[in-house]
Amino acid sequence: MAPSVLTAQRGRYAWDWTDWAAHLYLLAGVVLMFGPIAWLGLSSLKSETGLNLFPPTFLPYEQATVDAGERGKLRLFKVTEGDHQGETLAELRRIGRQAQLIDPAHPETIIRRPGAAREPVMQVRAAVENYSGLFSQFNFLRYFWNSGFITVVATLLTLLVNSMAAFGLSKYRFQGREPVFLLMLATLMIPPTIVLVPNYLIATELGLTNSLWGVIWPAVATPTGVFLLRQYMLTLPDELIEAARMDNASEWRIYWRIILPLSAPALAVLAIFSVMWRWNEFLWPMVVLSRSEVYTLPLALNSFQGELTTQWNYLLAMTVVTLVPITVIFAILQKHITQGIASAGVK
Amino acid sequence: MSGSLSLRRVRKSFGAVDVIRDVSFDIRDGGFTVFVGPSGCGKSTLLRMICGLETVSAGEIAIGGDVVNHVPAARRGLAMVFQSYALYPHMTVFQNMAFGLENIATPKPEIERRVAEAARMLKLDTYLQRKPTALSGGQRQRVAIGRAIVREPRIFLFDEPLSNLDAELRVGMRAELTDLHRRLGTTMVYVTHDQTEAMTMADTIVVLRAGHVEQVGAPLELYNNPCNLFVAGFIGSPRMNFLDGVSVGQGAVEVSGIGRFETLATELPAGGRATIGIRPEHIRLDDTIGGRVSDAGGNRVSDAGGNRVSDAGGNHVSGTVAGVEQLGGLSYLRLASPDVTVQIAGQTGLGYGDAVSVHLPPAAIHVFDADGLAVGRRSP
Amino acid sequence: MTPLTTLFGVVMNLPERPMRWAQGRLREGRLGWVFVAPNLAVFALFSFLPVAIDIYYALTGGTALLPSERPYVGAENFSSLLVCDNYFDADSCRRDVFWHGIWNTLRFVVFQVGLMLSLSLVTALVLNRKIIGRGFFRAAFFYPVLLSPVVVALIWKWILQREGVLNAGFASVGAAPVNWLLDANWAFFWSVFVSIWAHMGFYTLILLAGLQAIPAEVHEAASMDATPPFRHFRKITLPLLMPNLLVVLVLGLIRAVQMFDEVYVLTGGGPGTATTFIVQYIYKTGFADQVRQYGLAAAASLLLAFVLLGLTLVQLKGMRRGA
Repeated sequence: MAPSVLTAQRGRYAWDWTDWAAHLYLLAGVVLMFGPIAWLGLSSLKSETGLNLFPPTFLPYEQATVDAGERGKLRLFKVTEGDHQGETLAELRRIGRQAQLIDPAHPETIIRRPGAAREPVMQVRAAVENYSGLFSQFNFLRYFWNSGFITVVATLLTLLVNSMAAFGLSKYRFQGREPVFLLMLATLMIPPTIVLVPNYLIATELGLTNSLWGVIWPAVATPTGVFLLRQYMLTLPDELIEAARMDNASEWRIYWRIILPLSAPALAVLAIFSVMWRWNEFLWPMVVLSRSEVYTLPLALNSFQGELTTQWNYLLAMTVVTLVPITVIFAILQKHITQGIASAGVK
Repeated sequence: MSGSLSLRRVRKSFGAVDVIRDVSFDIRDGGFTVFVGPSGCGKSTLLRMICGLETVSAGEIAIGGDVVNHVPAARRGLAMVFQSYALYPHMTVFQNMAFGLENIATPKPEIERRVAEAARMLKLDTYLQRKPTALSGGQRQRVAIGRAIVREPRIFLFDEPLSNLDAELRVGMRAELTDLHRRLGTTMVYVTHDQTEAMTMADTIVVLRAGHVEQVGAPLELYNNPCNLFVAGFIGSPRMNFLDGVSVGQGAVEVSGIGRFETLATELPAGGRATIGIRPEHIRLDDTIGGRVSDAGGNRVSDAGGNRVSDAGGNHVSGTVAGVEQLGGLSYLRLASPDVTVQIAGQTGLGYGDAVSVHLPPAAIHVFDADGLAVGRRSP
Repeated sequence: MTPLTTLFGVVMNLPERPMRWAQGRLREGRLGWVFVAPNLAVFALFSFLPVAIDIYYALTGGTALLPSERPYVGAENFSSLLVCDNYFDADSCRRDVFWHGIWNTLRFVVFQVGLMLSLSLVTALVLNRKIIGRGFFRAAFFYPVLLSPVVVALIWKWILQREGVLNAGFASVGAAPVNWLLDANWAFFWSVFVSIWAHMGFYTLILLAGLQAIPAEVHEAASMDATPPFRHFRKITLPLLMPNLLVVLVLGLIRAVQMFDEVYVLTGGGPGTATTFIVQYIYKTGFADQVRQYGLAAAASLLLAFVLLGLTLVQLKGMRRGA
């Protein structure tokens, strides 16, 4: 990278080579970032045979078939040598090195050809059965529901509990307020990985193992959320609260009718964080949820990929479905998310 | 429900700092009282103690005869208009005004009736569905007042409500508030640091300094008979001129380097330090002495009149013009040695460096003793 | 929407009565505690109490989960973890996997944080120029940050398969296919690569925000002084960005030390122990092994906690200086 590319120089009129280099760098970056995801998406539309092709095809190819009435779906081949060279025939069955083929137009005549003298007819087709199969062959809806339930409930509780704490810490003067705030910040230094074992004990004692609540409860108090909301609430004028008190509002009403609506921007940032955290969480759910009917999507994905005969067609489809909700949220709220994270400086 | 208010030996301290020390006064039902004082004098704290947002360290606050020291803010039957208005930004004008009534479970039709009435009174009818951010400063101010009105309080409290408005709007709102007071007839307590607001709106002014009440009285009473140096200097704009000197007996005060002034404060004992004060409009410009002569004839006539009356008492001083402020209808001359400001009716032709002679009529001179307290005199 | 809003309103009105009751009995200040209490309770139960239990577990042995059934063993868990014949040869240690974990984590932290921050800085600098479609590029680099680590790992696992698209690319230029995730060095390389791919957008975003917070006048003044570009970067941009860089560095270190999810799904810690990191050791010892040795896992957690504590203190100090 040339030195001049390293400096911020805005407001030029003519493009010099550094501008070209910068845009080229970014375009390459976009390919590197989106390429693998696009490849995942394309692959998830391939049938099992399409996935096994090597070298892999760009588009989802699979062998063309023809519907032959009571004989079911037959695969199509192109004969490469001999009598029927160039014709497209459907394979009835294969016996040893001989293949029995029929012409779809004249299904009554059976043509016997050596198996080697033909090649499959390929066509582009999106294998949507990868997706529909998720519902029919796996407990997929259950995983989706588990993930969704945890994400939604934990986020709502996080917003409630954290905003209450932030309100208490920002708008009341009481003995021990500073120590409490510092104590809460100190939990930043106790990442979940450190307390994995004891938390498992506590979850066991509380009967939370193999329960979605076992993932939800430990997550509802977050130092990041308290900090973020407190900093925001400090900027709300105290006069508003005094005005509300003069207006006969109870403290609870002040909290949820005045402070909560006014903290909406900070709550939105925290909500996005929380959704991201809970939807993607892996290690703690893996410890606390061991029965497959309480699996979240990441757990289900992990367990399927670990199985000996990985069914990649379903696994890829499930991966896509897992990333879709986050992607949709990001697409809609892209600006708010990036700005919120940049301003909060946390993830 | 009487809107009288009385404070008995009220104190407030934040830790070791005494913010309010021993304040006592009474406000009658239906009055318009203004607390005025420089910033940090405790006037806002006093107001917040009355409305219940601050606790009282000692003493009693009574509203309508009942001691309310331990009654929560909301149950004191007061309404407050905050300096920043404190409108709920996420609610419409209607919701802002209705919020307090909803909190006490007022029936819907009643809420609508009261809000509509207040809105009509404040000319806010067409803005009811707007959010505060879509309103001008003056309109926000009116919403804040409307929010107070709908609660039908015993006393309205205003905490520097006009300080966020521009000068022109402020004058208009002053008049509106006075009108409102006349129409509602409710007790109003108003805090400001601006003595002009106090003079123009109040029927009673409470002058505060450093947590003390300096003087309580009607505006003109404070203006004409300030009881100490602080009140004398604080009330009136431009402020009263002060000259420090020594009492030489029989009401005369010797100001070193300037001269000797006769006053009516004959009971002032000789020998002590004393300060004389005179308002700019009470100083008379003598006819001529050297330099240029004022062309404004009317000026001279009145000056001449003043001169003649008090010639006998002396009290003439000469000085040079250090600056002139021409306001059209009035002019102010700033003199150097003695450092005084003189108000002249009409316009003047005097300019920088001109020598003038002025006369200080003894009857217009306020005298303050070494402690800054006014020494008895008749009002002019 | 309306029934939902009504429901929300009803639910949120429920605490009104108990709170009014509390309000009547407590002084204003004490009410702060009422609001803080739920959050504090969760912290106490799932953060503070566990630290205490961690210490207890670390000092007791056996395989029982219940603290009362665990015999006291003193510092045995720690010594068992820490004793080595030769500290530079993990295989000579009693807990060789733990030491492999330490060395792998160290190696990973150095490469991952170093490369990731360099790339993030360059990308942020590029994005801070007059770029057409900056918002799009920023979003594109950031997007993988939002993905689940499991998803990230599977995306790359699919690409890195023996019959995957990467080997196909190699084959098309005549190169032999590589077992990317079955070769120790390559597996480590891809662990670093994938974690950078997944996280650099976050650091880019923070650094870009820092760059944009530098007033344009400063750059303009430097340009007026005819500062050469590299000197401009070194003497103006870099010092002004320093507080952000420090924050990002410590944040990156804290995260890298705890790396687990992506790599675990991608390589399972293998081949052998080539990509087994500390956290995976804790997880394996406490939850995945046949014999669950909670004491060892807790002791390892505490050792990790000390490292994180040190890093966090550095971060707080840096933030204070930056502020």
